[in-house]
Amino acid sequence: MTVALFVPCYIDQFYPRVARAALTLLERLGCRVEVPLDQTCCGQPLANAGFAREARPVMAHFVRVFAPYDYIVAPSGSCVFHVRHHLEADDAEAVRHVQQRTYELCQFLREVLQVERIEARFPHRVAVHDSCHGLRGLGLGRPSERMVPAYSVVRDLLRQVDGLELVEPSRPDECCGFGGTFAVEEEAMSVRMGQDRLDDFLQAGAEVVVSTDMSCLMHLEGLARRQQLPLRFLHVAEILAGAD
Amino acid sequence: MEGFIELPVVDHARLAARFVADAERVQWHDALLWQVRLKRDRAAAEVPEWEELRRLASEIKAHVLTYLDRYLEQFEAQARACGIQVHWARDAAAHNRIVHELLATRHVRRVVKSKSMLTEECGLNPYLEARGIEVVDTDLGERIMQLLRQPPSHIVTPAIHLRREEVARLFHEKLGVPENLTPDELVAVARRVLRQKFLEAEAAITGVNFAVAETGTLVVCTNEGNADLGMHLAPVHIAAMGIEKLIPRLVDLGVFLRLLARSATGQPLTVYTTHIGRPRPGQEVHVVLVDNGRSRRLGLPRFWPALKCIRCGACMNTCPVYRRSGGYSYGATVPGPIGAILMPGYDAARYRTLPYASSLCGSCREVCPVQIDIDEQLYAWRQEVGPRYVPRLKRLAMRLAARVLASPGRYRRAGRLLRWSLRRLPRRILYGPWNGWGRARELPSAPAESFLEWYRKTRASATAQR
Repeated sequence: MTVALFVPCYIDQFYPRVARAALTLLERLGCRVEVPLDQTCCGQPLANAGFAREARPVMAHFVRVFAPYDYIVAPSGSCVFHVRHHLEADDAEAVRHVQQRTYELCQFLREVLQVERIEARFPHRVAVHDSCHGLRGLGLGRPSERMVPAYSVVRDLLRQVDGLELVEPSRPDECCGFGGTFAVEEEAMSVRMGQDRLDDFLQAGAEVVVSTDMSCLMHLEGLARRQQLPLRFLHVAEILAGAD
Repeated sequence: MEGFIELPVVDHARLAARFVADAERVQWHDALLWQVRLKRDRAAAEVPEWEELRRLASEIKAHVLTYLDRYLEQFEAQARACGIQVHWARDAAAHNRIVHELLATRHVRRVVKSKSMLTEECGLNPYLEARGIEVVDTDLGERIMQLLRQPPSHIVTPAIHLRREEVARLFHEKLGVPENLTPDELVAVARRVLRQKFLEAEAAITGVNFAVAETGTLVVCTNEGNADLGMHLAPVHIAAMGIEKLIPRLVDLGVFLRLLARSATGQPLTVYTTHIGRPRPGQEVHVVLVDNGRSRRLGLPRFWPALKCIRCGACMNTCPVYRRSGGYSYGATVPGPIGAILMPGYDAARYRTLPYASSLCGSCREVCPVQIDIDEQLYAWRQEVGPRYVPRLKRLAMRLAARVLASPGRYRRAGRLLRWSLRRLPRRILYGPWNGWGRARELPSAPAESFLEWYRKTRASATAQR
């Protein structure tokens, strides 16, 4: 199975280790992974700020780069949500193809590869930070507001990791407060939301916070590092690929 | 538009920053509203068909809004047949004028009013007071806010942002009761004072939660019974309702009543759910049907579903921004996520920052009992107000970013420059006053090599061959 790895721009620039982990993981699970070298960004930062029209050339470029592939996989729920719901370009057929074929990494492992066994070991107390776009936008788990049977794709995968102990914060899926340009435009709100989230993780006894979205973690880690809090932040791909 | 005057822009970020600066207060406010959210969760979980009810309610509302003209006419005919007098108000000014005329021609000087966000929206209290009519809000939370001469901060629990000590001090100052009364004693004081007002009132004004087109019935829900006391004692009852409050049939009402109280306060049903079918002998009942921008919104293809809102406030209680910024940061009668998509529809210039007062977490959409896609509408409103009102410099930055991100070459060069800057520039420059991220947060540490650069060096030859 050939899979195109979509590496969100901020992961490419700031967290190459996460993209490498995703690559390693997919290859280990038997995928033939291609990395289109001309990829840049899906256009979400501009579109979420209210400039979807300005972002159209960026989105058109994205569609051109990824349209040839059967599967497009990204280690970012937020970017995948944008691709699935807000992608705009002239070539409607190509857009539809890309939208239907783009998967968040964990979702791809569950729905397409139907992974049953992950060979990884991570003997630490881990809390999952459900990214809002992954959880409520893509349906990676049951949001706490919904009255349907509980499930969580990310936790199911993490439970397969040897030695890993899951701990849960009191507010299971509260937003971390990153929110793209919200983090700067509503700085006070954003910081307070992140602080409350960190307090909840510490209360729960977490050593490591993992997420499907590095953008949430960039914000939380930025706060935690400033205060030198005893928390580590890892993308779920890093743990599944055998980080330690 | 008639009835609107130009008002200053609501700067949510600045107002929110002021609220959040009181760390201890914001913690209390957040925890209090989160408790309401948890009560809602427990109440909703007890209804096995909860998600089905939400879908049904959403579809009923979509239907009634689609055929609103016909249902309004049906309602008018039915209500008139039952002896309820029906008035139409195009905007807030017309609403106030109609209510005042009804009161003035009957020489009414004293009015009791139960909760109605519509009369807040229209600014009815100051309008009537300026014309010599005393209006007493009888919902306890609203009464507290009226004594403070401030608007409600929440549509269901208007004084939720005040602590009991603050209410005790207010009652001491305004009503002359001893300081430091307990909550029970405060309620007893309010009850005693309000009872006198109920007995003296010559007219009662209420809101309307639902109006049934099929029967011409008005339905009013309260937990304090204050609406009932008002309308049952006074010879004149004036009900103010937005035209979107209609539901088609009486059998549809059950769907909404099961959702409303559970979503609002976590109760199975409001304590008082009163049907007004016809005036009692000797009483007049009037209903004022208010448009005030609603039919214009109904014509907006992307934004009409916001009219489904039944004003339960669940989106406010769950919203991580509302909980930490308080209702006043929205500068609107209806605050929170639903307010952030309703208000720009009335005045996009004034409320241009509200669609940005959200991290787009989507919790509001998931709690909404009528399934309004609030976060998606926030996104869509940003597309409307962003290009129109964002300062030139930021628009320029957006265009520049688009140029960079649309070209692999420019993206690579910009990325290298960015990472180089993060690694080499001294801290005092990186964390200068321009850096809104860095005041409380560290910037991510930049690697020497991007992923794509690493991949190109180590693996690309293999890819290029295919």
